[in-house]
Amino acid sequence: MSAMALDRIVPGFADPVLDSQRAFRAALSALAQPGTIVAVARPAAPLAGVAPAAQTLLLALLDADTRLWLSASFGDGAAAANLRFHTGCRLVADCAEADFALVASAAELPPLAAFAWGTDLHPERSASVVVQVSALAEGAGWRLAGPGVRGERRIAVPDLDAGFLAQWDENHRAFPRGVDLYLACGERLCALARTTRIEG
Amino acid sequence: MSARAALAAVRAAGERARYNFAYLDERTKRMIRRAILKAVAIPGYQVPFAAREMPLPWGWGTGGMQVTAAVIGPQDVLKVIDQGADDTVNAVNIRRFFERTAGIATTERTAHATVIQTRHRIPETPLAEGQIVVFQVPVPEPMQRLEPRESETRRMHALADYGLMHVKLYEDIARYGRIVTAYDYPVIVNGRYLMAPSPIPKFDNPKLHMSPALMLFGAGREKRIYAVPPYTRVESLGFEDHPFEVQRWQAACALCGSRESFLDEVVTDDRGGRLYVCSDTDWCAARRARADAR
Amino acid sequence: MYVAVKGGERAIENSLALLAERRRGDPAVPELSVAQVREQLRLAVDRVMAEGSLYDPDLAALALKQARGDTLEAIFLVRAFRTTLPRLGYSLPLETARMRLARRISAAFKDLPGGQLLGPTFDYSQRLLDFALEAPEAPPPAPEAPAVAEAAPSVLELLAAEGLVEAEAEPPGAGEPPDLTREPLLFPAPRAARLQNLARADEGFLLALGYSTQRGYAHTHPFAGELRYGTVDVELVPEELGFPVVVGEVELTECQMINQFAGSGTRPPQFTRGYGLAFGHGERKAMAMALVDRALRAPELGEPVSAPAQMEEFVLAHSDALEAAGFVQHLKLPHYVDFQAELDLVRRLRAQAGEPPA
Repeated sequence: MSAMALDRIVPGFADPVLDSQRAFRAALSALAQPGTIVAVARPAAPLAGVAPAAQTLLLALLDADTRLWLSASFGDGAAAANLRFHTGCRLVADCAEADFALVASAAELPPLAAFAWGTDLHPERSASVVVQVSALAEGAGWRLAGPGVRGERRIAVPDLDAGFLAQWDENHRAFPRGVDLYLACGERLCALARTTRIEG
Repeated sequence: MSARAALAAVRAAGERARYNFAYLDERTKRMIRRAILKAVAIPGYQVPFAAREMPLPWGWGTGGMQVTAAVIGPQDVLKVIDQGADDTVNAVNIRRFFERTAGIATTERTAHATVIQTRHRIPETPLAEGQIVVFQVPVPEPMQRLEPRESETRRMHALADYGLMHVKLYEDIARYGRIVTAYDYPVIVNGRYLMAPSPIPKFDNPKLHMSPALMLFGAGREKRIYAVPPYTRVESLGFEDHPFEVQRWQAACALCGSRESFLDEVVTDDRGGRLYVCSDTDWCAARRARADAR
Repeated sequence: MYVAVKGGERAIENSLALLAERRRGDPAVPELSVAQVREQLRLAVDRVMAEGSLYDPDLAALALKQARGDTLEAIFLVRAFRTTLPRLGYSLPLETARMRLARRISAAFKDLPGGQLLGPTFDYSQRLLDFALEAPEAPPPAPEAPAVAEAAPSVLELLAAEGLVEAEAEPPGAGEPPDLTREPLLFPAPRAARLQNLARADEGFLLALGYSTQRGYAHTHPFAGELRYGTVDVELVPEELGFPVVVGEVELTECQMINQFAGSGTRPPQFTRGYGLAFGHGERKAMAMALVDRALRAPELGEPVSAPAQMEEFVLAHSDALEAAGFVQHLKLPHYVDFQAELDLVRRLRAQAGEPPA
């Protein structure tokens, strides 16, 4: 970390142990029940351009053993400097090498196939992709089914279009390979596991 | 920090002999949490993780303890059972460990717990949404006793090639007229992965299917974590003419009269005297309390 | 009326109190100090450090005292302590060629640069009980040797210069060595991971496996090319300095086996290597490790894999004393639910076979 970057550093978790635990449980609950919206605690110092839920989630899950890819509009800015400083994660320029990706908006989401999907022998060597969206609403929109969903669950994600759904279908059918998606909207989080079927 | 100061800090930390919340350091918890999330995303697949030495021996619940340590927080209420009972020495010891290292609230009531760590049973009381069951797993690979090489069983999982297991069950039927697996009875999760449910009696297998609770499995010595998310299909293996079936008892529990729970046989004398009691102590106690109230 | 057994918590507390009493033994006998263990049972301390993967003689001695002299239990205490320590940095690779030698022998050459140095060893002691030790008495001082001025280069590097022994090169694409204390062991494992596993492995297990290679189960024609024991500096490059700083020193035992190799389609005939390293003074461990390391290299050298010592999964998955001891002894835990399920099954099978009900 250069001295230049240090002036952009803001505080991380106020209580690293318990804040991390709470954020993890929110993510676990979201992923175990795809399509439900969970509340994530607001970070002590929210970063400009970063959804609070995304910031909290990444502060909780990253460390020096993880590689993070940031979409273009984050550039080399405060998000990169802070996540690197607080977690020790390694930044990668190629999204195919990332364990975690933070995507500023649906418009900046690369094709899902560009991320690591793991292999049939090691499907866990796949990316967790955090996408910031402008709206999330339960009870309408997509129809979800699969593990974690009792019967059917509905969620509306207006930022993600039919093109995304076609890619997601491909991702779902590649099981056990594939990416898992976390949608962050302000302080709310919703997850789509690779096992989740979506009908538009 | 200079290297020398760093070394001094390590030594000082050791001398204070103080451990982090729930014992594990934060780096380790993060690693385990990432493995748990992958396990939930790939139901039934065994995610490798770098299990740490715990202050209990390998094979004594270290995997379950690491999963619990990575999951629990001060808002949780923990229940620990072994053989269905809260008061066996092993369950007591693990519960003490979390009381000591996490100051966590504990309970014996299944319905009051948010996290239940278990060895060899699933509680009789139906589980609820939001609950997490953590299983201690001695041998995560269901085919290990048929093929001990991990490189081979990994390939079979990749190809969903479970012929080896089907042949074993078929040979059982040919030889004994029935499948002779009474516990750790293999299941298929979400129509894809063959999974060891841990050494629960097959009586408990149906409770895994479409359970409202999240099931996490930790194998410390073998360094694997796997999961069954809520509302996930879990099918016990069987054949059309030899479908999966569970044990039934002629007897009722000698304490609460239950006929629907898993019963432990207790030898009462040396003249063949025996009786049966519920293995789930909380279930049994609650039934007796209700009966007394009436 | 039947009453279920209760009181696990009190039973545990009472058991621990009894254990503490047993550990202390007869209070009329003076209590053993940790320093006494560290100084006078040093080889036990060394083994605890080696298999505990923590170089700290004081903690290893404390662990031995707490464990009532049970080596595995002491190793367990040390491992459970080290596992939660933060990792503050990575040292440079240890330069064993610059070891300050206390002992160094080669069975392959009569004399060599740096010389043969017998040092403290049981090897040529006659194993007669020394009843004089029953009465405390300081031994006469050992004669002082003049400081060894001559550098003692590794025997294998002398041979490697001639091309007679394979060069010690990192395999292509090896990258950073994995860290088995932080990453799960996956198969096939690179040699770096295998060596880490063997370095922590149970000495008895390695000894038996190494011995098996000498009895025809994957014979590797070994020579003890060099065995050295002494002190090596541990160096670290702090990020803010950019140059190495000595942060401490460790005692190590290193064994380099030389093994005959007739050559394969891709390799000329030459000697190959097996490597062993242990914290402290642990020659049996280092030598057995070197034999097993060489046996495990069979696939790389194009040799058939037929003997237990060559089977990577078999060796690496069963080498850890704590994993083995834990799982063997977990059979002491209650299994009555599973036993009940089996009992029910056996009764049904007997009924089916027409046996009278038990």
